[in-house]
Amino acid sequence: MRSSVGNPGAESKRGMNLTLRIWRQQGPTVKGKMVTYKITDISPDMSFLEMLDVLNEQLIMQGDDPVAFDHDCREGICGMCGVMINGQAHGPQQTTTCQLHMRSFADGDTIDIEPWRATAFPIIKDLAVDRRAFDRIIQAGGYISVPTGTAPEAHATPVPKADSDAAFDAATCIGCGACVAACPNASSMLFTAAKVTHLGLLPQGQPERNDRVVNMVAQQDREGFGGCTNIGECSASCPKGISMETISRLNHDLLGALRAGARPKS
Amino acid sequence: MPLELFTVGEPIADTKAPTDVPIGERWSERKFRGRLVNPANRRKLTVIVVGTGLAGGSAAATLGEAGYKVKSFWYQDSPRRAHSVAAQGGINAAKNYRNDGDSVHRLFYDTVKGGDFRSRENNVHRLAEVSVNIIDQCVAQGVPFAREYGGLLDNRSFGGTQVSRTFYARGQTGQQLLYGAYQALERQIAAGSVEQHARTEMLDLIVVDGRARGIVARDLVSGEISTHFADAVVIASGGYGNVFYLSTNAKGSNATAIWRAHKRGAYFANPCYTQIHPTCIPVKGDYQSKLTLMSESLRNDGRVWVPKERGDTRDPREIPESERDYYLERLYPSFGNLVPRDIASRQAKNVCDEGRGVGPGGLGVYLDFAEAIERLGRPAVEAKYGNLFDMYAQITGEDPYAVPMRIYPAVHYTMGGLWVDYDLQSTIPGMFVIGEANFSDHGANRLGASALMQGLADGYFVLPSTISSYLADGPFEKVDESHPAAVEALTGVQEQVQKLLSINGNRTPASFHREVGQLMWDLCGMERTDEGLRKAIDRIQEIRQEFWTNLKVTGDWHSFNQTLEHAGRVADFIELAELMCIDALHRRESCGGHFRAESQTPEGEALRDDENFAYVAAWEWTPEGQPPVLHREALEYEYVHLAQRSYK
Repeated sequence: MRSSVGNPGAESKRGMNLTLRIWRQQGPTVKGKMVTYKITDISPDMSFLEMLDVLNEQLIMQGDDPVAFDHDCREGICGMCGVMINGQAHGPQQTTTCQLHMRSFADGDTIDIEPWRATAFPIIKDLAVDRRAFDRIIQAGGYISVPTGTAPEAHATPVPKADSDAAFDAATCIGCGACVAACPNASSMLFTAAKVTHLGLLPQGQPERNDRVVNMVAQQDREGFGGCTNIGECSASCPKGISMETISRLNHDLLGALRAGARPKS
Repeated sequence: MPLELFTVGEPIADTKAPTDVPIGERWSERKFRGRLVNPANRRKLTVIVVGTGLAGGSAAATLGEAGYKVKSFWYQDSPRRAHSVAAQGGINAAKNYRNDGDSVHRLFYDTVKGGDFRSRENNVHRLAEVSVNIIDQCVAQGVPFAREYGGLLDNRSFGGTQVSRTFYARGQTGQQLLYGAYQALERQIAAGSVEQHARTEMLDLIVVDGRARGIVARDLVSGEISTHFADAVVIASGGYGNVFYLSTNAKGSNATAIWRAHKRGAYFANPCYTQIHPTCIPVKGDYQSKLTLMSESLRNDGRVWVPKERGDTRDPREIPESERDYYLERLYPSFGNLVPRDIASRQAKNVCDEGRGVGPGGLGVYLDFAEAIERLGRPAVEAKYGNLFDMYAQITGEDPYAVPMRIYPAVHYTMGGLWVDYDLQSTIPGMFVIGEANFSDHGANRLGASALMQGLADGYFVLPSTISSYLADGPFEKVDESHPAAVEALTGVQEQVQKLLSINGNRTPASFHREVGQLMWDLCGMERTDEGLRKAIDRIQEIRQEFWTNLKVTGDWHSFNQTLEHAGRVADFIELAELMCIDALHRRESCGGHFRAESQTPEGEALRDDENFAYVAAWEWTPEGQPPVLHREALEYEYVHLAQRSYK
C-alpha cells in the first residue's frame, strides 16, 4: 500500500504513454497474432480495464474492430475478467485484472496482453475464453443435494467456528481461471480443491463427500486440464489467495474415498 | 402537469392476496387456494427463466427440482457471475436468534416504514415470513455464514435497525448466497431438468393470444438470433441502475429484458425509485467506468465531515477541528453518522453543492477514522474494516489509515421495476417477474440487507408456489417459430440489430450512455425539480434522435460483438430514462430516496404527500408518439400506521 502525500484525491497530471501488444484472434479456429498499439495520456488512476476501454473507443472511432475482453462487476468479485499481463495471470499484483490500476506501470512501458492459455479454455475471441469447463466440474459434484424446502432449522447443526471460517476461505474462489492460466500444466486443481474443501469441512457436506471428490476429479480430467505437480503458481496468482492446503485436503479426501470404494460415475 | 407527457388510465389492483383473512394468514391461504400441478404433469410444462442471480438462479433450480422443464438464460459465461455476487453486507431474517425482540411482525413493520410507505403490506409481510426459511435453506446448502464460538450463527445489526437480524459471510454475503443457488442450479443442469443457455441475451418477449409464450434471444458468441418457447416466462434480469452509466452495478447489468417486456404490455411500476448509496468511492476522471461501494458499516465508526469554508483545498490532516463541519452529527444529533442511506446521500450532495466538497471536482466528503483509530487502536479497526480499507487503497492509491477516506453517493439499486401482483405475475399473463426486476417489496427506499432476502424469497419460495396456479391450466397450445407472433418478434429484433449496425455515424454507444447517464444523475438523481425534469425529458428526446442517426457500431451481428451488445442496451436505457423522468415529474412529493425540491418541510427535510401519492404508479407503454398511460394502484395501510419519518 502506498501512502499518499499532499492533497488526497488530487488527480495526477502525469499521463503515461504506453505500447500495448495484444493477442488478436477472430475466433477459436482462426490463427491469432500479437498486434501492437500505441496509447497516450493514460492516467495512473485508471484501472487496467478502463485503459482497454480507452483503446477500444479509439479503435471504434477509427472503424477498427475493438479488442474483445470479458469483464462484468469491475470490483473484483464476479470472476469474469482475467488476462495474462506480461506473462502473469491478472498482472503484477495478486488481484483481479479489474482491480489492477495503471499506477502499477510506468511511462514508456510495453505491456503484453494475452488470453488465458489452456486447452480446456478455448478462445472465443481475442482475450475472451470459454471457461464453462469449470461449471461442468461443479456439476459433477460441487454441491450439497438439498432440494428447496427440505432444510432443517439452521441452528439444528452447530458448526465449529474454525471449520466454518476455513470453509469460508475456500469458498471465496471466484472461478476466474487464473490458477489454470498460471499453471505450467494448465491444471484446475486449485479450483476443484477449493470447492472440495469448502463443502468437505462442513457437516452438511459429509454425506456426499466421497462421491463429490472422485467425480469432480474425474471431470477435470475429462475436460483436458493437466495434472497437478504441486508447483504453486496457482495459489500465488489467485486473487482470493486460495491456499495450497486445499489441494492437500483434496488429495487426502480422494485417497480416502478411493479406499472406501468410491468410483466416479462414467 | 401538461397532458401531453402522460395520460391517466384505469386504476389497477392486486387481486391475488386473500385480504379476507388477517395478514399473518394470507400467504398460507394463498398457497392453499392456489392450484397445484401433479408431479407427473410437471415434466410436460416448460418454464423459461431469464437471469441467474439470487432470484433467477434459485427459481430455476427450484423449478427444476420440482420436475418442470426449465430453460435458463444468462448473458455471462457462467451463472455464478450474476451481480448478486457483489452484495457485501448481509441478509435479514426474523429468526430472533439474539433474543432481542425481533419477530416476523417487526421485520415487516421495519421494512414498510423503511420503504417510506410506498410498498405493499401483503407482499412485505410474506417476505418477512419466508425470511426464516431462506436461512435454513442456505445453511443446508453449505453457505458459510459467520458463526460464534459455540458453533451457532452470528448476527449483526444493519442499516439503523434496533435488532440484530442480519446474517452475513464476512463482506461477501451475496457471493456466498449466490454460490449456494448456483450450485443448486448446476446440480439441476447435470440432472437434465434445466437446459442451459450461457452467453445468451433476451431481446424480446413472444406473446401469443395474450399469454407470454417465449422469448427471442441472441447467442452472444455466434450472434445467432433465435426463438425459444415455454408455457411461462420468468424474468429475473435484475435492476436498471446502469441507466445512470456510473453505478455500482456490473458493466453488463441492463434493462433490456424488462424494457422489451414492457413494450410488449407489462406495466412498469415506480421507475423513478432509485436508491443512491451514500458510501461509494468518488469519481476520479472522465474515463471512469464504474463506481465501487464501500459497505455502509463504515459509518459505525467513521465520522463524516467537510471543511467549513468553501474551496478549502488543504490536506485534511492540516485542517484543525474548529474548521471542520461534521454535518451529519450537527444536523441529526440523535442518529449522527448513522442516519438512513437517503438522508446521508442527500446531505453529502448539499454540502458539495455549497462548494465544500473535497477531492477531484469537489464531489466528495471525508469519512474519517482518526478518532476510531485513537479510541480502538489500529489493530481493532483493521480487524473490523481491514478488507474495505484494502479495497479503498487498491482503487485510490491512498492509505485510509493515514488520511481520511473520501466518499460520495452512487446509484446502487432500483426499487422500481415491472409491476407484479401478489403471485409475482406481471400484467402479461404467464410472465412472472422476480427479484430486483420487479417493484413490489421495497417501496421508495430499500433497507440494508433486504435485497438478498427478497431475491431468494422470490426465487426459492414464492414464485415456485404461485406459478403452479398459472401452469395448472397448461400445457398450452403448442407454439413454434412459424407462429406469426414469433416471426414478428424475431424479425423485429433482426431489424433492430441491423439498424444499429447500419447507421455508421460518429459516436460510440458508450458516449451516448455516458451522456444520458450524466443527465439522469444531474436532473433525476437525489434531488429533482419540475423544471429540471422537464429539461431532462427534452434533452433525452434529442439524445434518442441523435442515437438513431449518429451511432457507430463496428463489426457484424453474426459474431461475438460487444459493441453491438452495448448499443442495444443503451437504446433501451435512453427510452427508460425518459419514463423515469416522467414518473419523477408526476410524483410531486419527496419520499424515500427522492427529494423533490418543491415538497419539503420548513427545515428542508423531505415531505411526503400521502393524500395525493400513496399509490404505485404503473405505466403502460403506448405506440410511438403517444404518451404513456398511468395506472394507479392505491396503497392501503391496515397494519402499519402511516407516519412521517424523523431522524432528528
